Amino acid sequence: MLKVRNIEAGYGKLRVLKKISMHISPGEIVSIIGANGAGKTTLLQTIAGIIQPRGGEIAFADTAIGGMKAHKIVEAGCSLVPEGRQVFGPMTVQENLILGAYSLKKKGLADQQTQELEHVYELFPRLLERKDQLAGTLSGGEQQMLAIGRALMARPKLIMLDEPSMGLAPLIVKDIFSIIVKLREEGNTILLVEQNARAALNISDRGYVIETGQIMLEESADELLNNNDVQRAYLGKDYKSIGDMKGEE
Amino acid sequence: MYNEKIETMPREELEQLQVEKLQSTLNRVYRNVEFYKKNFDAHSVNIENISSLNDLKELPFTTKEDLRGAYPYGMFAVPLRDIVRIHSSTGRTGKPIATGYTRNDLKNWSEMVARLMAAAGLSDNDFIQIAFDYSMFTGAFGIHYGAEKLGASVIPSSSSKKIQEQILIMKDYKTTVLVSSPGYASAIASNLKEMDIHPDELNLKFGIFGAAPWNEKIRSTIEEQLHINAYNTYGINTLVGPGAAGECEEKCGLHVNEDHFIVEVIDPESGESLPHGEEGELVFTTITREGFPLIRYRTGDLSSIIEGKCSCGRTFLRIQHVGARTDDMIVVKGISFFPIQIEDILKKAQDTKPRFRIVVDNVDGNDTLDVQVEVSDSLFADEVKKLVELKAFISNTILSELGISAKVTLVEPETLRTEGKNAKVFIDNR
Repeated sequence: MLKVRNIEAGYGKLRVLKKISMHISPGEIVSIIGANGAGKTTLLQTIAGIIQPRGGEIAFADTAIGGMKAHKIVEAGCSLVPEGRQVFGPMTVQENLILGAYSLKKKGLADQQTQELEHVYELFPRLLERKDQLAGTLSGGEQQMLAIGRALMARPKLIMLDEPSMGLAPLIVKDIFSIIVKLREEGNTILLVEQNARAALNISDRGYVIETGQIMLEESADELLNNNDVQRAYLGKDYKSIGDMKGEE
Repeated sequence: MYNEKIETMPREELEQLQVEKLQSTLNRVYRNVEFYKKNFDAHSVNIENISSLNDLKELPFTTKEDLRGAYPYGMFAVPLRDIVRIHSSTGRTGKPIATGYTRNDLKNWSEMVARLMAAAGLSDNDFIQIAFDYSMFTGAFGIHYGAEKLGASVIPSSSSKKIQEQILIMKDYKTTVLVSSPGYASAIASNLKEMDIHPDELNLKFGIFGAAPWNEKIRSTIEEQLHINAYNTYGINTLVGPGAAGECEEKCGLHVNEDHFIVEVIDPESGESLPHGEEGELVFTTITREGFPLIRYRTGDLSSIIEGKCSCGRTFLRIQHVGARTDDMIVVKGISFFPIQIEDILKKAQDTKPRFRIVVDNVDGNDTLDVQVEVSDSLFADEVKKLVELKAFISNTILSELGISAKVTLVEPETLRTEGKNAKVFIDNR
């Protein structure tokens, strides 16, 4: 569904992404894990069209989208749930959601908007309860749900989530991740960027490890969870000494 | 098919996968393996410029000598504590080469082998007898874990038994699939005759043979004598062991596990990449290996990539049967050696460098080795006893140093010389 080849991207003189190649097939959940500053957000933003790539190709459902405007990419079926939620605080929950369906309206599919709204409220009953509440007054977890719901309103083929667990309590993180699994069960394809590598890999099919703008490793989620380097770097295995064989979890 | 989704992957998808994994492998080896960092820098190769499979040819080769130079663990790409298995070559023709496998590597290895075994027809209903040496050699363990993954009943009979014992196991334990070197299979066939056992008395359905170069002639002999289908499997000790490529039931080429290896064919003299269909040296690049990645490893094996799709439905490229090598390495009865080793032995025997010729043949399914040595004038005129002693010395030394029992023929001086400068040192009649 999404094929990325040799993407170069950055900010000003700073080169962030250096020849990134990856792909995601329909129905997969793929995670990109890496440390702060590795380039994960830059990658999603480049795919979403918020940043223009400086080199390489991006193909989404056989259409070349590298260099396309962001709203066109949403119309093509690729939605981003941005880092930090970024809900529109002064607007209500419902207003936020309806805004998410903007591209549907443009395509003349306004009635689908009502259907999708129902679907989102089914997935997130909490949002239905608070539908007339101002988005800025929601809790972190609720805002994350709203951001995901807003992305769903455009009826995307590919949902990209940038650090959905950030700043959320562990129990809420659990909820959010079960929702992501549910979304896949409903037939969605999901690209997940996460610092919480364990939570991400636990629900993913495959993963890419990105370090300083380069893909270092690409394996199935199970293999990554079993890879000692990944365990040491991202899964919190702490070796106390050179002879320490087991490490602390 | 063991893994239909992968084995019938459309070429476009496979290419994307190969490019991704090649790039991440290059990033990893540049960072973690000093040899590759030095090698790439020395050849002014910037791995950030590798954008497609075509760019592979910009990368320098890795040779067996490079691996020997990194003895023992210089080529490992992960900390030693992440390695859960070590295999090694014998070191008979030079320093041994140690390879390391992580847990994921072992998992991938058994999956690769399982695929190839399934392609030849192995299933969980089979009793598979593995007559490879269970040692640091990758053949036995590789086939073992792959067959086990398929659920077949594995009989690790190993190659160290007397052939008669091996045959009794085959008969009594109702072996349905035999795995061994082709030479060993031939030996079994001839011993069957001696033991007065008809091949139909055995439960053998088919055999998978590898670990030595062989050809269609040897295949037909094995098939006729054992009344089975004989399939070829190809592997390289340092690359992974068995699992690199294997025949499907169509028997028209060996499918390469392209989601784990990128295969190229090069001109052994110039190093240039050759197109499909042309014969040259096989070069492999690993794209999933964690412990011991190899970039453009020159195998020394001659083959070619077969054009077109196989009727079995697999989309993985096929390579031709490997029957010859680019160097002068000789393989007899599964043991490999170089002519120079024979020369050294002959030097010891006569204190001079005599002219000699190595003739290899296959009689009744058995590999034979005949070393023809020119004897100095004076010696030839000497006592018969001295000649007999010389012969015995040479063949005993060959046996003890190389492990092969060879026939030694002493010839008159100048016999081999008269054939001129281009007289072949090695003749293979198989």
